[in-house]
Amino acid sequence: MIPSSFEYFAPTTLAEAQTLLRRYGGDAKVVAGGHSLIPLMKMRLSEPGYLIDLGGVEELSYIREDDGGLAIGAMTTYYDIESSPLVKSRFPVLAEATALVADIQVRNKGTIGGSMAHADPSADLTAVVLALEAEMRSGSSRAQRSMPAHRFFVDTFTTTLRENEILTEIKLPAVPAKTGGAYRKFANKASHFAEVGVAALVTIDGGVCQRVRIGITGAGPIASRAKAAERALEGKEPTARNIATAAGRAGRGIEFQSNIHASAEYRAHLTTVFARRALEEAVSRAG
Amino acid sequence: MATVTMTVNGTSYTNDVEPRLLLVHYIRDVLGLTGTHVGCDTSQCGACTIRLNGRAVKCCTMFAVQANGAEITTIEGMATNGELHPIQQGFWDEHGLQCGFCTPGMIMLAQQLLERNPNPTEQDIRRGLAGNLCRCTGYHNIVKAIQNAASKG
Repeated sequence: MIPSSFEYFAPTTLAEAQTLLRRYGGDAKVVAGGHSLIPLMKMRLSEPGYLIDLGGVEELSYIREDDGGLAIGAMTTYYDIESSPLVKSRFPVLAEATALVADIQVRNKGTIGGSMAHADPSADLTAVVLALEAEMRSGSSRAQRSMPAHRFFVDTFTTTLRENEILTEIKLPAVPAKTGGAYRKFANKASHFAEVGVAALVTIDGGVCQRVRIGITGAGPIASRAKAAERALEGKEPTARNIATAAGRAGRGIEFQSNIHASAEYRAHLTTVFARRALEEAVSRAG
Repeated sequence: MATVTMTVNGTSYTNDVEPRLLLVHYIRDVLGLTGTHVGCDTSQCGACTIRLNGRAVKCCTMFAVQANGAEITTIEGMATNGELHPIQQGFWDEHGLQCGFCTPGMIMLAQQLLERNPNPTEQDIRRGLAGNLCRCTGYHNIVKAIQNAASKG
């Protein structure tokens, strides 16, 4: 499959990339690892006139401590995240989910920022950044801004990024002590995309779930928080029965999608099952 | 057109290419190195796996211009002085292929797998092969071939 013709730019700084984006605007696409955009270009579902490649913008590839949490540059690859001692020790749920994305080759090249900006409804890390209440930092050549992940994802393949903006950083705020996290998914056998994926974080103190955060991907048109399930478990003991009750509410508010891979009814079922599994594992790792 | 320069299997190449030329087509059609295969053309099957700056990647999902300045190894660069690479030898000894279409990609991926995990369990290998599809073997002898290579250190 051969994409349409385009003009190619390989900036080496963020400022240069932002200037190019301001100049070419709506007819330009920004490419990160390319594992979402290039297949779309090959199928001619996307035909940008200008391709701005962030591959050479080294300043966007980093994982560093930031205000008690971690800041991850948008061009950081999945492999760099899954193999980072800092991520493994501070946000093991992110390392766990990242190691389940696609396959080794894709993780060698695909980036967290590319995945976020693409906003695929079946991407894994969208569920994780929602559960971690990440901040998405972006910038144009004129201004920078930051917004919480739950406001960043608008709809299928749609974020609040403006035409002249580039996602630059994913900021993960510190989680409370005594928190356990887990990501569980039912993966498509060929692509390894999540038919349903659930990221859960549970903070247990005094034998009670003090704080619960759940992000769900794959089920609906875009990843979302499962607030009804979170509320159902907060303030309760982490018993099998309480977890099952909360998991039963994980699908509330989701407009379940049907496609060739799974029906809406099946996705609703998977959501309950995988919410329960993620919560059980998070609980076992908490305290 | 854009000019690209890259080192492939130790030889430096410079060519003018259209930005939309995929790296796999550059390698196969411009350089004539046809050991790198196009299978699914949708970055799922792994037949196009090469080593680019030390990382196994699927080169059907990147443009040649993106590899400007890169150091690349393809299956043709694995043997040295006519002697098979230990992973190639493992595939030979364990009959790790039938039609052979997926084999170059399997070997290029196996190299990365063993580099990161020199003593993998069978499960590690099977999981590690997630991005490479074989339609003949049922993977059994491919796993054995990689175990064979691992045992030789």
